[in-house]
Amino acid sequence: MYSNRYIFIYSTIMVVIVAVTLAFVATFLKPYQEANVKTEKIQNILSSVNISSEKKKAVEMYERYIKDEILVKSDGSYRSGNAFDVSLKIELKKDVALREMPLFVAEVDAAKYYIIPLWGRGLWGAVWGYISLKDDFNTVYGAIFDHKSETPGLGAEIVTEKFREQFKNKKIFDELNNFVSVKVVKGGAPEGDVHGVDAISGGTITSNGVNNMLNENISFYVNYFINIKNQNINE
Amino acid sequence: MEEVLNIFVKSIFIDNMVFAYFLGMCSYLAISKTVKTSVGLGIAVIFVLGITVPINYILENYLLAPGALSWISADFKDLDLSFLSFIIFIAIIASMVQLVEMFIEKFSPALYSSLGIFLPLIAVNCAILGGALFMQEREYTSILHATSFGLGSGVGWFLAIVGIAAIREKIEYSNIPPALRGLGISFIITGLMGIAFMSFLGIKL
Amino acid sequence: MSKNSIFSSEIGKILTSPFGNDNPITVKVLGICSALAVTVKLQPAFVMALSVIVVTAFSNLLISLLRNGIPPRIRIIVQLVVVALMVIIVDQLLKAFVYDISKQLSVFVGLIITNCIIMGRLEAFALANKPWPSFVDGVGNGMGYGFILIVVAFFRELLGSGTLWGFRVIPESFYMSNNGFYVDNGMMILPPMALILIGVIIWIQRSRNKNLVDIS
Repeated sequence: MYSNRYIFIYSTIMVVIVAVTLAFVATFLKPYQEANVKTEKIQNILSSVNISSEKKKAVEMYERYIKDEILVKSDGSYRSGNAFDVSLKIELKKDVALREMPLFVAEVDAAKYYIIPLWGRGLWGAVWGYISLKDDFNTVYGAIFDHKSETPGLGAEIVTEKFREQFKNKKIFDELNNFVSVKVVKGGAPEGDVHGVDAISGGTITSNGVNNMLNENISFYVNYFINIKNQNINE
Repeated sequence: MEEVLNIFVKSIFIDNMVFAYFLGMCSYLAISKTVKTSVGLGIAVIFVLGITVPINYILENYLLAPGALSWISADFKDLDLSFLSFIIFIAIIASMVQLVEMFIEKFSPALYSSLGIFLPLIAVNCAILGGALFMQEREYTSILHATSFGLGSGVGWFLAIVGIAAIREKIEYSNIPPALRGLGISFIITGLMGIAFMSFLGIKL
Repeated sequence: MSKNSIFSSEIGKILTSPFGNDNPITVKVLGICSALAVTVKLQPAFVMALSVIVVTAFSNLLISLLRNGIPPRIRIIVQLVVVALMVIIVDQLLKAFVYDISKQLSVFVGLIITNCIIMGRLEAFALANKPWPSFVDGVGNGMGYGFILIVVAFFRELLGSGTLWGFRVIPESFYMSNNGFYVDNGMMILPPMALILIGVIIWIQRSRNKNLVDIS
């Protein structure tokens, strides 16, 4: 009834039409999608220093509060550069010596805060976030987390205010100035522990993921912190 | 290597296609009346997932992902074809299923007569496309990881359908409220099996 | 075409029957696959339902328009391509305009492609009917499907998180953590509960309408 030739022509035309339509739709919507991704990133960065921003004003707020973007190497050396567009995922795959990790310097009410982006793995997929330190490079000022596909109600609870609030005023160095990071403790951190927060009950693997992520990502900056502290003393 | 095994076990028990994501439910409910046919369909799913996930992995990483085309020339570094991924994945699955069907028909008529009728069904089984999409979302680091994920998900699906078929054969003789018979009770049993499978949550090798 | 024939009683029937005795999920057992994982909260379930309505309606329409030219041998592939096209467009639109929700839906938008409802309706209806009834049939089935999704999501969100559409329904002061008496039912959040809820919906529907009871 239908010849092979007809089928062949039919499918060719179909493929061409579909491809053109899709390419058109994709290019047309791309700017909107990219703007969404960017706005979300800005909002996340800002909320790690406890500033909530509206979608529309995000870019403006970012320019007002984020004073500097720095790229840091593992030996503690650094340069300013476009930290915003660095993909942590790609950077973390590189050799430690080759990595240039982003760091954001925010200034809120005349105080300086250092925002470290985080990227790691939870139970199902990626988890990420931002944690900000006060200018003693030790005390946590704020933190925010997000995830790709953790279980709602369990692992996904890391995005909640309740989990985030715990991080405030924790310390990442102990009294002897050794790096200990902030630990996510299963079953709850002891009262008054300055290095531990309570894990999500039922979300053990996600909590472990957050724990490892904090440890791995923050430890990279330790040399940089020492470097800056020494500079400040010399001045 | 340890990681590969870990992914395999995880995708059978924890990330189970049926119990955790409800994928492939249509054929799961329709074909699970007897154990014999469900074994056939289950094997076909393992087979097809084991083939399509690695193929789609290669396509994802050398064609579709942002910057994936940079192996051809550095000019394509910024090209992002990921909007095409759904259509490419489904095309690969449909053609692979067709290919596998022809292949089996030619070389093993015995296998074909037991498996053959299920193969066309599989092209529209969500578990297969789900396998490809989860592979894309979870960003496995190597093709070995992706393959082990594909095979593991297949085995998980196999376990689920054979399990429910066995239960359905047994409850044939039970005194279930008439309105709940058949479909209703199958749903509820699947839910209970899912809860049982959740006890595997957290195992790590 | 007069207005009368566009909204004739037949069309009305095509539109409404999927809500009751012709429901794609509870009666025809189609399309359970891709959607139940998004019923933890009402809002993503609603967007998912809307996406499915759009995809079924427009792919039905397109296939019905093409129905006389499609070579039967490549029928399935043509259908898959049309559905995939619609799904990609919906996915791109979601990413561009409701980014937050598209993040929650993640891969499940893509899985609409293999949602058996769509393929089922294309095969059973659109290939043999005129464009307008096909379109309505798509909308109807999409809505019948979305209806179940929303019912399930309603109970899961209410009982599992104590909220509806993100708003708190059960007051904070009722909770154990605030010295109250109430605890959310954590089970509701877990995937298997969705299946059990559907089982119960089927039970209720079939006890009210004995014609639907499985004889086997």
